[in-house]
Amino acid sequence: MRSRFISVTSAAAIALALSITSQPVLAQATNAQATRVSAGSSMPRTPDGHPDLQGTYDLATMTPFERFPGDPPYLTKEQAEKLKKAEIDRRTADKGKVDPNKRAEVGGDKTPGKTYFEILEKAGGGAVGGYDRLWLNQGSNFVMVDGQIRTSIVIDPPNGHVPPFNAAAKKRGANQFGLPTSDAGEDTNVSETARAAAVARGEYDNPEQRPLSERCLLGFGSTSGPPALPDYFYNDLHQIVQTPDSILIVSEMIHDARIVRMNAEHLPKNIRRWMGDSVGRWEGDTLVIDTTNFTDKTRYHGSTADLHVVERLKRLDAKTLLYRFTIEDPNTWDRPWSGEMAWPATNQPMYEYACHEGNYALGDVLRGARLQETGASAGKTQH
Amino acid sequence: MARAALQLSPGPFGPVPAKSVLTLGAVGAVPPGMGVVEGGEIPYKPEALAIKKQNQQDWANRDPEIKCYLPGVPRAAYMPYPFQILQTVSALTLVYEYAGAVRNIYLKDPGPAPADSWMGQSFGHWEGETLVIDVTGMNDKTWFDRSGNFHSDKLHVVERYTRVEPNVISYEATIEDPDVFTRPWKIKMALYRRLEKNAQLLDFKCVEFVEELLYGPYRKHPLNK
Repeated sequence: MRSRFISVTSAAAIALALSITSQPVLAQATNAQATRVSAGSSMPRTPDGHPDLQGTYDLATMTPFERFPGDPPYLTKEQAEKLKKAEIDRRTADKGKVDPNKRAEVGGDKTPGKTYFEILEKAGGGAVGGYDRLWLNQGSNFVMVDGQIRTSIVIDPPNGHVPPFNAAAKKRGANQFGLPTSDAGEDTNVSETARAAAVARGEYDNPEQRPLSERCLLGFGSTSGPPALPDYFYNDLHQIVQTPDSILIVSEMIHDARIVRMNAEHLPKNIRRWMGDSVGRWEGDTLVIDTTNFTDKTRYHGSTADLHVVERLKRLDAKTLLYRFTIEDPNTWDRPWSGEMAWPATNQPMYEYACHEGNYALGDVLRGARLQETGASAGKTQH
Repeated sequence: MARAALQLSPGPFGPVPAKSVLTLGAVGAVPPGMGVVEGGEIPYKPEALAIKKQNQQDWANRDPEIKCYLPGVPRAAYMPYPFQILQTVSALTLVYEYAGAVRNIYLKDPGPAPADSWMGQSFGHWEGETLVIDVTGMNDKTWFDRSGNFHSDKLHVVERYTRVEPNVISYEATIEDPDVFTRPWKIKMALYRRLEKNAQLLDFKCVEFVEELLYGPYRKHPLNK
């Protein structure tokens, strides 16, 4: 019983409900580059003189990956405080409902969620009793960069949305919808129609058809990356270990460890990696990570094995990194697009997330599908 | 990289005695080795030795490696896959190719492990030129090798890494587990650096290779035998 992510289509359908605020776009947008915080001379450095990016960072945030229609690009401090308080009150109220003896609810709670996190949680199994408050460890702050309280991680296009698929992607997508990707998750709360269509496509026939996250092959919602993104449920810590020739980025989710080889050539094109092949270089005080050679199963956000990700990590102050990424894949989008967020340091220790070792869900998903085919009632069947 | 993964004790051995393994022919055999156990014998309590023998008989069903489970310590150090050490002034991390296992080595005492885990909690310090890692908080689900050598959740391992030549680390692990062994015992072996110019860790996310084993019965159309 693990994570899941709302599919792109279902997110669009509920987008209206997700609007953080109905205020019109506010006028505090400022030039992002001009107000960039400059790191002072007190910035920690490694013995070889580069900024020391090491530490553990907590990517959990209340800022959605894509902006929802009607939201302004930035929140005022007052708006952000109000939303934070409402969300914390909701979580506190939920804590009272934690019950270790609670059984799964057949059919589940079909009432629509009202807030971003409520909707995510319902889509992630909350509707049938999965992920009570005990499981969740979500962000309680919005992304703040350049003094702006952001309403999306995507910053280019400026509307905060991933560009539409190009013709090639649409054509491909008709045949690939529902195949594993590095950012899709379990589909525990799709509509009856969507589930019937998924069954017809054979998505419950074999383990290989299940999402990569459900199989513990990669983290949920591109947690391991690249791009390394928040999960919005739990396990959002990332640790950086920085040597002169290798920089390690460990993601708490599924203990995915990506080693960036500094000043190295990319692997030959025939060697493909789940998280791609990452090589790094310093541009001044910015670490630039260039990643290619993805597998054709990684398919981040519907992309192909030609996906190219450039990440930029820079120290803003003693406790914060700025993480920026640009995505391109001519087979999928007609233009590159970019996102940005702050990575705040944390003192929390990173615990082991032994995903595969405890993965009862994948077997149960397949077994459930076989039971449904025989017409057996899941409720009457013993495990 | 070392090669004690098949069996810690001195060999040679015949095929691992499990019927399904015999179909692998030479690939399922265990080649001869001098063993890495100090004194040659693992000091099992009698009842634990019986379990070890059952483990060996039922190896194909019981060895956690077959299911791509995290290897635990010390097994991670001598799996037949490379690992990489990332060492800085403030951090020390071991990254293993097998199953994507990772160990953060705490350099300040983190206190007791908050919960048992597959890879345990590691606390490292230097004794002269030797890195000493104290490993606690391990669960009882990992093994030491492919020959059924096992432990309980009382396992306590102290690893010692000493560079003895530019490309060789002497690796020692003292293994203590009062529920399974009559006394602490020690393994010792050399870990050799990979010297290829392009040596690097690649992906061995072995999950996809064990899905048929674990979930095959739940396929809509079972694979042809």
